[in-house]
Amino acid sequence: MPRRRYKSSIIERRKEVLTGLENLGVRIYEQLDRGYFPSIEMPSRSTENIYYDPQVRQFILGDKRVRRSARNIRHIRPFTQLVWTAFFSHELASQRKTSTLRDVYYSAQAYEMSFKDQQESNNIITDLETVLGSSREDFNIFPEERSAVFGDLTIEYTVPGYEGRTLNLTSHPDGVMIGPALTSSEFVKTTADKVIAIEKGGLFTRFIEENVHKKFSAILVLTAGQAPRATRHFVRRLNRELNLPVYIFTDGDPWGMHIAMVMISGSANAAHLRELATPDAKWSGVWATDIVNYKLPTDPLDEVDVKRLYELQRDPRYKDPLWQREIKMFLKIRRKAEQEAFSRYGLTYIVDKYLPAKLEETK
Amino acid sequence: MVQTTFEEISAADFFYRNRDIAGFTNPSRAIFAAVRELVENSLDAAESLKMPPNIYVRLSFEGEAGKESQIYRLRVEDNGIGVPPRHIPSAFGQVLFGSKYKLKQQRGTFGLGGKMAILYGQITTHQPACIISSTGSSKVYMYKLMIDIQRNRPLILDRKVRINKEQWRGTIVEFCLEGDYFRAMPKILEYFKQTAMVNPYANLTFVDPKGRLYKFTSVTKEMPDPPKETLPHPYGVDVELLQRLIQVTPYKNMLEFLRYHFHRVGEITARKFLEFSSISLSKNPKRLSHGEIVRLMRMLKRFREFLPPDAGCLSPVGEELLRVGILKELKPEFVAVHQRKPSTYAGHPFIIEVGIAYGGEIPKKGSFLIYRFANRIPLLYDEASDVSVKVINSMNWRRYKVTPDMPIAVSVHICSTKVPYKTVGKEFIADRPEVKREVANGLREVARRLQRFLTRREHVDRERKRLGIFSKYLPKIARFSAQLAGKEKQPDIKKLLRSVKKFAA
Repeated sequence: MPRRRYKSSIIERRKEVLTGLENLGVRIYEQLDRGYFPSIEMPSRSTENIYYDPQVRQFILGDKRVRRSARNIRHIRPFTQLVWTAFFSHELASQRKTSTLRDVYYSAQAYEMSFKDQQESNNIITDLETVLGSSREDFNIFPEERSAVFGDLTIEYTVPGYEGRTLNLTSHPDGVMIGPALTSSEFVKTTADKVIAIEKGGLFTRFIEENVHKKFSAILVLTAGQAPRATRHFVRRLNRELNLPVYIFTDGDPWGMHIAMVMISGSANAAHLRELATPDAKWSGVWATDIVNYKLPTDPLDEVDVKRLYELQRDPRYKDPLWQREIKMFLKIRRKAEQEAFSRYGLTYIVDKYLPAKLEETK
Repeated sequence: MVQTTFEEISAADFFYRNRDIAGFTNPSRAIFAAVRELVENSLDAAESLKMPPNIYVRLSFEGEAGKESQIYRLRVEDNGIGVPPRHIPSAFGQVLFGSKYKLKQQRGTFGLGGKMAILYGQITTHQPACIISSTGSSKVYMYKLMIDIQRNRPLILDRKVRINKEQWRGTIVEFCLEGDYFRAMPKILEYFKQTAMVNPYANLTFVDPKGRLYKFTSVTKEMPDPPKETLPHPYGVDVELLQRLIQVTPYKNMLEFLRYHFHRVGEITARKFLEFSSISLSKNPKRLSHGEIVRLMRMLKRFREFLPPDAGCLSPVGEELLRVGILKELKPEFVAVHQRKPSTYAGHPFIIEVGIAYGGEIPKKGSFLIYRFANRIPLLYDEASDVSVKVINSMNWRRYKVTPDMPIAVSVHICSTKVPYKTVGKEFIADRPEVKREVANGLREVARRLQRFLTRREHVDRERKRLGIFSKYLPKIARFSAQLAGKEKQPDIKKLLRSVKKFAA
């Protein structure tokens, strides 16, 4: 068995979550037993209570707190759902089983706990995240979306039945899915010195084919559009635990920009959570200035693109000069380009010329 | 030159020629009218004895008559006062003979309903009517008779007397008539149902031509006090009535004439009035000229000091009986009834009674069910023209939390010595402002009570729901938190549930 070289957060986190859930149960139990209506306090997630914190470089929740009390007729149903969800998550986490959001919705029915719809059960899970301050992946509830990773990184599984087994993430040419098993695994060793995150599947495959992971000593991560939270957390771990710099390549449009930004600074929706963002990650392209400099084939920006750009311009996460410059440039040229646009210079141009240049530029 | 012949016709002949005005318009209407008239006579006959009416009605099919009508035999039996034998031929065989010429709250008014039915039967089938009656004496009398239409006289075809062993009292009328029962059926059944509603002390049995039995059983022995006869009120008289009174009066001077023939006129009032109208106290009423009679009538209406008519002669259903009747026939969840204080219009006293019923077996129709009654008989035709309907439609029901889609039935009863019907058909009440106001005020009162009920029920519902929610979720919170905390024993939530209940009470 290979010796672990890196400090792991996995076991610790799992323990923390389990105790957090148990403490919640004890708190409610004791309130009930003493003849009080149980209540739970948590930070408010309403828009007025979401702030951008320049220090932690992500959105955070303010001081406003809300109280959910079983005394209140309008609260008692969501309160019960929350307690059930905590109970169910504890079952999952302690038995080392995973579940999806959809699964939770249906599982509730076995306990005569009805959720009106998927949205309601998702909201309750978000509540539980807020109460515990840890994300749902920590209590083994995963979304349906899947993304992938490829590169020279050996991991060790911690999921039941695979404990102790290791896997090198180059073993499958399509990449390895960033699912519950991978998310909860330990990092053993790597030769990589950087992480490259890519928005699109086509380019991810191209990079593997072109041996980008070898040529650039990189771990490649496919975000598949907006990166799922498990992926964001995984990238953060690569950055924190292995000290690897992270470079993000997206389409050259406001939506691509924002995919990068959410990985870097988090989203307002996840303001109640930490450890999803990778503040030191870099957006390496495609920039508006790249469109000009590399004379890329383009499409015109449409109305929603422009509207989005103005929104981003006012967003506190975008106050950095680089982002402001690129937004202005987009608005000036009124064009956008996809990552595949480089193919006009041949299939390998992007790997041979563009990638090294950008990695150097955003180092 | 056109020659015109004038001929005098008998009352029977007149009604024969004008049967429409008594409601015998067509075969379907005729059969309904015949049933109705006879049932009402029977109700009156029993009530005048303060006996709960027990009425049996049977219609049997006798044969086809035309394309859209058949011959039916109608039999109506009651336990009423009975007709003295010497009056039987006239009472059933002579139009405009009867006991209904005094001022008294009556179901019928012309005293021709029953006879009109018999007359109609005779015209359409040429068969005699059979009347059996006893006043509870030792004998029962049976007459077979027809009406001599031109002379308005009864023709007695047969007469039998038998010993009344079982001391039976009542009247049985049986005759044949042409009609269209199947078209009239809904109205006839509705008629029985509504009659049962305002006469909850009556037993009504109806056997239809198919042999189907409809039974409306009494639910109470209580009966309203029977109406008392009363003298005409001076505000309500007309020239015709004055002339009739003058003809029959035994009094030789105006003072006594006024005092003894009019309602609410005493010695002092009579003197004041005669002074007001400059008529001599000692004038013999029989000597009044036609012009003077007209003037007397006008002065009577103009004199302000007559006391309003006394409603003591009226016989309303009464709040309790109306409630019982509505509960019995409509089976609602809630009922409110209200009797207005007596009021008058044009010298006639009247009382309005209203009821509002909600829920239960009352159907949701998108509009209210409206039941109209006059002197304890249901009015089934021409609903849209009736004053109650106009009042109901013009009311702002939303003020009372009431919407048209609610299951609501409204009942309005007017009783009066002279019901202000708008037409001779006697199917709807004219919108006299006095009547309109009373109906509106009555409806407002019951609507307020319905509103209180609805508000209360809403409150109770909300509380029940609240309790339901707590008792559904608290045990779950207890169970999941205990498991989450790893406790064997579940926390005790009885106290909490009790506190919720206390809070809700």
